[in-house]
Amino acid sequence: MSKSEVDAGDGVHRGKPVIVDRYSLGARINHWITAISLVLLGLSGLALFTPVLYPLTGLFGGGATTRMLHPWIGVVLFLSFLGLFFRFFRLNLWERTDNVWMSRLRDVLAGDENKLPEVGKYNAGQKMVFWSMSLLILVLITSGVVIWDQYFSSYFTIEQKRIAVLIHSATAIVAICVWIVHVYAAIWVRGTIGAMTRGQVTGGWAWRHHRKWLRELVTGKN
Amino acid sequence: MFTPVANPTTKPVPAKFGEQDLIRRSASKVTPPAKRQTEVAKLIDVSKCIGCKACQVACLEWNNLTEDVGVNVGVYDNPHDLTENTWTLMRYTEYENAESGNLEWLIRKDGCMHCEDPGCLKACPAPGAIVQYSNGIVDFVHDKCIGCGYCVKGCPFNIPRISKADSKAYKCTLCVDRVAVGQGPACQKACPTQAIVFGTKDEMKQWADHRIKDLKSRGFKNAGLYDPPGVGGTHVMYVLQHADKPQIYASLPNNPTISPIVEIWKGVTKYAGLAAIGAFAAIGFIHHAVAGANRVSEEDEKNAERLTEGRQP
Amino acid sequence: MTNSWTDIKNADLVWIMGGNAAEAHPCGFKWVTEAKAERGAKLMVVDPRFNRSAAMADHYAPIRSGSDIAFLSGVINYLLTNDKIHKEYVRHYTNAAFIVKDEFEFNEGLFSGYDESKRSYDRSTWEYKFGPDGFAVRDMTLQDPRCIFQLMKKHFAQYTPELVERVCGTPKDKFLKVAEWVSTTANGERAMTIMYALGWTQHSHGAQNIRSAAMIQLLCGNIGIPGGGVNALRGHSNVQGITDVGTLTAAIPGYLALPTEQEPTLESHLSKRAFKPLTPNQTSYWQNYRKFYVSFLKTQFGANATKDNEFGYNYLPKLDGIYDCIKMFDLMHQGKTNGLLCQGFNPLMAIPNSNKTREALSKLKFLVSMDPIETDTVRFWENHGEFNNVDPAKIKTEVFMLPVTSWAEEEGSVTNSSRCIQWRWKAADPYFESKTDIEILSDLFVRMRKMYEKDGGKGKEALLAVDWSYKNPLEPSIEELLTELNGKALSDVKDAEGKVIRAAGQRLASFGEMRDDGSTDGCMWIYTGVYGPAGNFAMRRDNSDPSGLGVYGNWGFSWPANRRIQYNRASADPDGKPWSEAKKYMYWNGERWTGPDVPDYVPTIPPDRAVGPFIMNAEGVSRLWVRGLMADGPFPVHMEPFESPVGNLVFPKLKGNPVARVFKNDMEALGNSKDFPIVATTYRLTEHFHFWTKNVHANAVMQPEFFVEMSEQLAKEKGIKNGQRVRVWSKRGEAKGKAVVTKRMTPFKVDGKTVHQVGLPLNFGFIGETKKASPINGLTSAIGDSNSQTPEFKAFLVNVEPIAGPVA
Repeated sequence: MSKSEVDAGDGVHRGKPVIVDRYSLGARINHWITAISLVLLGLSGLALFTPVLYPLTGLFGGGATTRMLHPWIGVVLFLSFLGLFFRFFRLNLWERTDNVWMSRLRDVLAGDENKLPEVGKYNAGQKMVFWSMSLLILVLITSGVVIWDQYFSSYFTIEQKRIAVLIHSATAIVAICVWIVHVYAAIWVRGTIGAMTRGQVTGGWAWRHHRKWLRELVTGKN
Repeated sequence: MFTPVANPTTKPVPAKFGEQDLIRRSASKVTPPAKRQTEVAKLIDVSKCIGCKACQVACLEWNNLTEDVGVNVGVYDNPHDLTENTWTLMRYTEYENAESGNLEWLIRKDGCMHCEDPGCLKACPAPGAIVQYSNGIVDFVHDKCIGCGYCVKGCPFNIPRISKADSKAYKCTLCVDRVAVGQGPACQKACPTQAIVFGTKDEMKQWADHRIKDLKSRGFKNAGLYDPPGVGGTHVMYVLQHADKPQIYASLPNNPTISPIVEIWKGVTKYAGLAAIGAFAAIGFIHHAVAGANRVSEEDEKNAERLTEGRQP
Repeated sequence: MTNSWTDIKNADLVWIMGGNAAEAHPCGFKWVTEAKAERGAKLMVVDPRFNRSAAMADHYAPIRSGSDIAFLSGVINYLLTNDKIHKEYVRHYTNAAFIVKDEFEFNEGLFSGYDESKRSYDRSTWEYKFGPDGFAVRDMTLQDPRCIFQLMKKHFAQYTPELVERVCGTPKDKFLKVAEWVSTTANGERAMTIMYALGWTQHSHGAQNIRSAAMIQLLCGNIGIPGGGVNALRGHSNVQGITDVGTLTAAIPGYLALPTEQEPTLESHLSKRAFKPLTPNQTSYWQNYRKFYVSFLKTQFGANATKDNEFGYNYLPKLDGIYDCIKMFDLMHQGKTNGLLCQGFNPLMAIPNSNKTREALSKLKFLVSMDPIETDTVRFWENHGEFNNVDPAKIKTEVFMLPVTSWAEEEGSVTNSSRCIQWRWKAADPYFESKTDIEILSDLFVRMRKMYEKDGGKGKEALLAVDWSYKNPLEPSIEELLTELNGKALSDVKDAEGKVIRAAGQRLASFGEMRDDGSTDGCMWIYTGVYGPAGNFAMRRDNSDPSGLGVYGNWGFSWPANRRIQYNRASADPDGKPWSEAKKYMYWNGERWTGPDVPDYVPTIPPDRAVGPFIMNAEGVSRLWVRGLMADGPFPVHMEPFESPVGNLVFPKLKGNPVARVFKNDMEALGNSKDFPIVATTYRLTEHFHFWTKNVHANAVMQPEFFVEMSEQLAKEKGIKNGQRVRVWSKRGEAKGKAVVTKRMTPFKVDGKTVHQVGLPLNFGFIGETKKASPINGLTSAIGDSNSQTPEFKAFLVNVEPIAGPVA
């Protein structure tokens, strides 16, 4: 074991039940901003993506303000996600055991985690979400700038913009799907939401899902 | 001489077409009228155009637009491109005809072509911001326009421009307000040489034939009408001396079509995307229903307590 | 115009040279596109620049600015040597058959009678040989070596296609195509129209350019027929009207002459202009000169014009020289002028050598500008950096600006190039305190007259004698003024049999009703009929055209006598039959002359009376040879511009027009071809109207900035990039603007040497919405044509260099 699975701010409180600090206040705020931005971007983006969802522009004060706000929210998301990225990327680095985890996806989906290798702070699925979001957001911000006509219309050709808008839409769809997986996982795996709200999970949750991380927290060494 | 439309009466007259005559409406469905109005068209005869820019000024005046005074950049094209205020623009090309050895100064009046299959309308996400009347006029409805610039990407001719002032898209309306009361567009009215004529599409095609015969008799053997089928034909057409080479006329597209990228974006992507999102959500529900929640057990909590207390879990 | 704008649609060949109709006359140019589209007419353009007219042409030939006479003479030579002329027309309708005096000579470019010290000709030898009967001697076989036809053959023989190429820089094949096309109209079956403008007039030999064109048209028989003519395209909407009403400095309204000092009495003036037929049976308008003149005097002086005082002839000023605008500014420059009243005039922009103009204006005590807009001239005292670099502290001229209504804010008539007088109704109320020209001038006149009455002064008698009996002396009505132009019967007008044809007080229906006994007035015989007893014909708007020939006889009123094509008797052969069915126009129907137009002839004179068709001329025929009527020769001669990149290749001794008007300092201000190797020409752009529309935002958008058009070759030679700022300068001044490097300009090969040419649009100044520019006339020379005094704006020498600044 070469790498620590523990982030600064992670900690364990004895008691019944055991409480584990999973996310610091900063990380939570950072995630909340990212989450809200992403939801707003999804709503506004979908509104402009398909006429069926155009009424969603009403949430933003109409079509024109939706069009105006969407890219700015995108900038917020990008910067915010950048923060998350630097916070989390180390513990999201891929490891050999992640391959084992991935190969036993059937057990994952069945909830039979005892059959899986012990997991550090993040399991392979979470890592996949992390890395795909990183990549998708990079693509979205880049293609987004190309079609942000209000400021950048003169820097790109129409053909470039056409390609960009197609990439932007397709990428956004993928991002939304990844987001659905992410949110669903948080709901399915009960006890997770607390990590996002209070920054804490129970010891049982950590034992069940991230045992290796918990062990290291407790022993203070890997 | 093509018989010009008579001067209008000064009395108000009801509009000849309106909402009920829409055949397409952006991001929404319309019930097409039972009877389509006679298709209209503007014919621009490049061979008769003297490049006087009266049409440009007439367009500014009629539509109450103010363009900035620019600078000279070494050409006669002023302004240098279409803008939110310049809906029509003379583009000048010096073309050396290798065959005849003659220099030709090709002067093309650029502006919206009013496609039968309008790419702008296809791309527009705002319901009703772009409409197409059954007579062929494609118009932007500015109080519905959200300024996204998708029409710019949808247009095969690079026509719409987004205003820096109000972030709305602008282009030639084919003087929809004049046509509605039986008048031709302002540019046509101002043209001193009848290089611009206006009438029904059939009339315009006939008139074009008449002009093409004249051009052929003068040695322009490839003279022809520009009514590109790739966009279903247009309601602004050109008579070109060299119809085999539209691109020499300041990059008029040879065979314009709505970009396949736009078609994919506005076609398969839209449906596949929504389907994918729906599928992911559905899988989640099904999984939850089948697998149930992944709950932390009492045993798990106990194990955690044991671990923290230094006992063997 | 001999013909009319609408008549151009009848042309089979349109030749534009010395003009740029598509750009400068876009609305009239529609008739060229009509002729092309509906008649299959061909258009050819000869111009130094491939301009927007050339863009419309079936054939374009380049020509070096200022070499038009050589080109046109080449065409004349082609027609004569190839026998491609309309022989019957030439024989019967021109003076080709007339014999010239034995004393007449032509040597090395000079005609007999030249006096170098006076820079003028004694023209007495430029005359016909007269027989014992007092009539000119003719040889209808055209064989006599001293007949004009034979003299022409000799005179033009040297203008071969090769010479044209050497002098004009026009490739031989391009020239020959022009000549060949012209020759296809020399048959009475096809017609060619020639359209020209200031590209021909604004040369030191401008009048001879136009004469050469007239000769070509006469050789082809293209004068007086539909689709023919020599058509001057007037550059302002009412400049034809302005010339008609007598703003020419040596004329009174209707092209009658202002008296000279040598004509102290009315008789002495009239006897010089008495009509003397030079051929038997001839008739002429000019036999009426006396009637026109007396009627004019009656309008001018009313009751103060009586038989006893020669109808007030004495009140008219007597000229001691020519006082045209250029001369006036020369006098001003000499400090001999106190005040200047500019009425719709922007001389700082409009006349040559603006530096001199600026100095001249600085010497005035006062300058009054009557204009709807602020002109560059009224700001001549203001520093505008390099564009008008003056020190206001040093200029004492007091400047007054009187705002005047624009054309849309007042009612009145406008006369177009077709000589058609058309009414314009008021469309809008005037802005602020602006007044009409009539109000301002009337007020000025009434005040001045009061001052003269009280204080006296030079010319008081004439001023007091002027008839100013308008209902409101401060604002004569437009009807009163039009009545003056038209004329009315002061007492009953009777015909030869004593029958009253026009009762006292009635307006005259035609100039035929004018009398020389003081019983009629009318200050402009050519306009008589426009406001006759039947009402104001300028207001007529009947666009029916029964003949289909674009005559529109009930639209407005074309002077004279509502005639649409002048000399239209020549559309029929000597027997009175149309030359061809295709060109059928006016013809003899056995009883009278008839056709869609008003005959330019006495309608009842039958063809067998052998009265010549050109009744304006004493010969009854048109003049291939103009006798002594032009200052610089009875035939055109190739003369180089005063600033030229080459010497005269035809007549090496000839340096410019030998009798051109040259002021004292003009010669010193000429540049040589070593320092200034590039030919320059000025022109206006279709996007602008002279110096006016630079004040209009939309026009400024269309052409925002002064530029210099040049060939790719010249740009390369000088290291100039397209869109770069350049400096262009002549011996007299400089201007800076953007380079427009274009394939439409090409270098010329003149006598084996490469000659570059640049084009300089004239519309830009330092006042208005366009980018500031120096008046381009800072570069031009004041040397003027010997007949018209028109300055040589269209050909002068400059140099060009790139200057620092952004490449756009």
